[in-house]
Parts: sequence; structure tokens; C-alpha cells
Amino acid sequence: MGDGALSGWERSSTARVIAPARPRKLAKVPFVELADGRLQGVVSSGSDIGRVYVSSVTAGEFAYACSTNNNRPCGGARGSYCNHIAAMVKEAVLQYGAERVARYLKCDLADAEPDAASLTRAMLATRPPAGDSKAAATVFSRFLRHLAYLEFDPATAPLPEMQWFPPTRAVA
Amino acid sequence: MVPADEGGGLMRTDLLTEPVDGLDEALAAVDAFDGALASGLLRPQPDRAAGLLGLADAVAGTPLAAKAAEAAEKAVAGAAGEDHFVALAAARTALLGAVHDALGARAEEATGRPRGERSTQGDGPREAAQEVNVLVAARSWLSDLARCGWQGMDHEVVAGAAPVVSALLPEPGLRRLAALLDGFAAELAASCPGASLQQVPERRWADLWARAMLLTVPGAAEMPETATVSGRLLPLGVDVHEHPTAVQAQIHAVLEPADGSAARLVRASVSAPKPDTVVGAGLWQLLRPHLSLLEALGEGRAMELTDMPVTAEGDLLWSDGHARQGEPADPFATARVALPTATEAPTAPLDRHPARLAVPVFVEGYAAQLDEGGLTLTLAGQALHVDADRIPTASPLTPEAVAKSGACIGLLRWDAGRFTLQPLAVESTVRKKTVALHAGAWAGGTTDKAGVKGEKAATDAVKVLRERAGRLLRK
Ligand SMILES: [Zn+2]
Repeated sequence: MGDGALSGWERSSTARVIAPARPRKLAKVPFVELADGRLQGVVSSGSDIGRVYVSSVTAGEFAYACSTNNNRPCGGARGSYCNHIAAMVKEAVLQYGAERVARYLKCDLADAEPDAASLTRAMLATRPPAGDSKAAATVFSRFLRHLAYLEFDPATAPLPEMQWFPPTRAVA
Repeated sequence: MVPADEGGGLMRTDLLTEPVDGLDEALAAVDAFDGALASGLLRPQPDRAAGLLGLADAVAGTPLAAKAAEAAEKAVAGAAGEDHFVALAAARTALLGAVHDALGARAEEATGRPRGERSTQGDGPREAAQEVNVLVAARSWLSDLARCGWQGMDHEVVAGAAPVVSALLPEPGLRRLAALLDGFAAELAASCPGASLQQVPERRWADLWARAMLLTVPGAAEMPETATVSGRLLPLGVDVHEHPTAVQAQIHAVLEPADGSAARLVRASVSAPKPDTVVGAGLWQLLRPHLSLLEALGEGRAMELTDMPVTAEGDLLWSDGHARQGEPADPFATARVALPTATEAPTAPLDRHPARLAVPVFVEGYAAQLDEGGLTLTLAGQALHVDADRIPTASPLTPEAVAKSGACIGLLRWDAGRFTLQPLAVESTVRKKTVALHAGAWAGGTTDKAGVKGEKAATDAVKVLRERAGRLLRK
């Protein structure tokens, strides 16, 4: 790598590295992300509007964790993935596309059609362990940070650096 | 200048494919440095020394020579400190600045437009600005990155950007660095661990790294107002930029000054941080309330400016109070009549980079071709590649429409070794009638079905996020 003739993509200042998120409905799962070596997200409780669940699955091992924003463990996440985790995987696939999620999680779908169902099935087939929910606080604060993006005012001073971020018509 | 009535458009496309003196040598030095950065500067392998020393050699005849040479030597020994990284970033930036100038001169010849004033030299970063803690933190993160290299980076080192970005975002004066680091870190995070990458966007990441490094120098990001302008503003089209958590719309326009002086090319920008789930038509929604020009653009109108602040680079620092709605103005009429004699403002010294080239042009009478190789417009026997990927999706303009068009307003750009054309609007003939399609047609709102659907989805997304924020954020 790095030596010899570089390809056009490697020599491009505006090479597209990630495709934009695809629009999805946020009511049930307001936040998902592929970060810190995990698929992680926040799932709104169906019964209590003040409560959310913080769910995560680690890349490679598929270890799962789910707890409320007040750090109570999720009753559904004993021995296997709970409904929150299933919903998070589904929405992540909508937002990023199944291939990107599978690649990030290092999940081998073999010959299966990449979608949320095959991804969940492939991960469960490895009998994933319960992970620790230490990450929950980090994930929740990242969600709050994400929400704060709506609070910053638009500005009319030019941002020359945005020239490096052209749109792309490619879909995730 | 090429007379407008000569046919085949105004552009000398033949000049765009001719070799540019010194370009290959400069880019080879950049590539070799980028290779060294990719593998990390903690303990560079001996075969990377040439790349580091070569960068310093390439700027040997400039005021940066001594600092660059010292930085390169320290880097080769694996002993580079933060100031050395800044010096290397400056050397790389200077080299690409020279490339920018050569390509810009070529683009100028090709368009045949009059040359604007070209001296903002000596306007470098001002000393007075205070060393801000967050800039120190940003530089420290960028230095960590340089030590790891793209091939050595992991989630832990990339995560170091988050607190820096969080501290930068609330500071309006630091938005440039915030938007840059946020987009850069998102790409790095999606590409971790670096050891498993099969291909690295070396030029791009080194560009972003070097720019960010220079923006950590206090005062470097300042773009002061240098004058005010009044007159008629005739929009040509809109250029959209976006990454997961930021968006910018930049309108290119011709300003006819009220004092009767020569028409000039200007830009008006609006940008906003955004959640990554607000996309497509939602971007227009976010920006629309802050730049009335977007609506004027959608409606095909001019605007009348009174004492609008402007920078030396021709960037209007827009505020709606200095603008009012003008008469209908067809961008194609502007492109045909006003554009050929409009002068271009110079680029700020630090911003000289080929990726910054975005020269408004008008072409017609071409043969368009769309196939697996992409989209090209052939003018006077010379094929010009069209960067159709830059057409925003929330727009009626499509690559297919460009392929069927007869006239095009666009931005001449340069990337990965060639000039390309970014379409902003096209004209085509449908049943003997001339129909125009603009990339920014939906900027002010739309009744188009797909556009309406996109706006509704974005409204809903923002509503959910605001509700969640209201309930969870201020606890
Ligand atoms: Zn759960």
C-alpha cells in the first residue's frame, strides 16, 4: 500500500468514503451508529415516553447489552437479543444498508441475502455472549450530543473546508 | 477573450487537457509524503524517509524551507513534535497552493474571462489571536493521528476527536475546524481499524489532516469582512456540500455593482451542523430560513443588495437585512450575457488548493455521452468529464438530464489528475421548447412529488429528535 501508482480514488481529494445515511422513521429508534467497534443505539420505550433503552452489539464477538438510560438492565436481554436490539439492527440496516452494517460488525453472511433478518440470524448462530453494559453511559451521552446538533444555529460565513465534502448519489 | 458568437460555447476545452508545467513533480512529492503519513510517523520505516525529505526539498526555495527541512529530519528520526507536524502540513499546503495557482491560471485561460486582482499575499494568520485551549487539543489529536498513520489507527485514537469537536461546535468562529474535524473523524471511524483497510484515500485524508493542522494555528480560519457591496445579484446556481453532521449550500452569482464598476463573481453561503439522519430535501429545510437567496434561486429571481458585507475572496457574509427581492432573472441569460465579463476574486493564501477550484462556466453546443465510463461532454473534439455524482439528490437535475441537454451552467473543477465539470443547471429542448433544470430548483421549496415526500420525512425526523431532546437533553 502507498507505493507505486496510486489509483484515481487514492489520488482524489474528494474520494467518497461513506455514503450518506438513508432516511428512515425515527419514532422507535431515534439513534443508531456504528462507532467504537460496536453497533449501538437508543430505542424508545413503547410504554413510557420518558424512558429509552440503550442497546449495543460488539463487532466480531456480537456480545450484546441492553439497559435503560437509568442503568436498569433490560429484562428481555437475558440469554439472547431482546426486542430492542432486534429493532436497532433493523433500523441500522435501513440507515446504513445491510452490507455496511455486516462489514462493520465483521459478520459473515455466507451466501445469504444481506438484510436485517439474515444479519441477526448469523449473529445469533454464534451464540453471542452477554456483554457488559458499561458502554451504555457513553452511548447515551453520544445520543445527547447528537441531539444537540439541532441546537446550533446555521451560519452564513463560508466554510471552505466543506469543498472536500461533495454530495454523492451513491446509496448506503 | 473568445467572442461569444463563435459557437461551441466560450470555453477552450483543448487547454484543459494539455500538460501543466511542474504539476507531475509537485504531485509526486505530495504523494510520497502522503504515503509516509499513511504508514505513520511514530517510527517511520527507512523507505519512507525519501517521502518526508522530498516534501522539504520541494519547498526549498520558499520561506518555509528551513522549518520544513528541520521538521522532515525530525520526522525521519521518529522524533517529530507538534510544531514539526504543523511545519510539514504547511509545506504540503504550500506545494498544493502552487498546483492550485497553475491550474487556476489554466482554467482562466480556458474561460477567457478577465483576470481579477490577484494579491492577498501577506494576509497570513494574524498574531494577535490568543492560543485557544481547544485548538491545542485539536492539534494534539491530529498529532496522535499522524503518529499512528491511517494504517495504524484504531477506534481509541479516532474517538479522541469527539470531545474536541464538541468543544469547537458552540464557537461560531471555530466552525470551519469543527465541520472539518467532524466529517474527517466520521470517515476514519467508519474505516477502523486501519490495519484491515485494503485501500486508503491517501490524498484526501492527508488533505484533511493538513488543513485541520493549519486551522489549529490561531487566527488561520479568520475571513474578515473587507468591504460592503451594493447592486444587483444574479444567481447562477447552487453547489451543495455535506457530510453526516454538516451541510453547506453555496450559491455562485454575478454581482453588478450599483456604482457601475465591472461585474464580479461572488458566492453566498449558508451552513449548519445537523444530525446524520437529516438528509436529502431536509437539508434545504434546514438552510432555507437563513438565506433568502435560496428562495430567489428557486423562483428564478435576482436580488438587490445594499451594503452587504463581503470578504476579499468574494464571499458575501449574507444577512437578509441587506437584501431584497429583485426582478425575475434567468440564470441562463446571466450565464450567456453577464458571466463572460465578470471578474473573479483571488483565493486566500491558505485556501489555495486544487479542491477549492470551482470556476463558474457556461458551455453549449456539445455532444453528451453517458456510458459505463461515466458522463462526458465533447466540445470542439475535446471530451470533458462530468462529475455527475456532485448533483444533489434532492433536485430535479439528474445525470440523465445532463446527458440529454444542449447547454450547461457548471463549475469547472480539478481532481485526481483532471479537470471535470460539475453541472449546476442544464437546458434542453423538449418538443421544440427550451426547458431548464436546476440543481437548486427545490432550494426554496417544491411541489414536486419526490421533493414533497422528502421534505415531509425530514420534518418528521426533526420533530422526533426535538421531542426526544426536549425530554432527555435538559435533565
Ligand atoms: Zn432491551
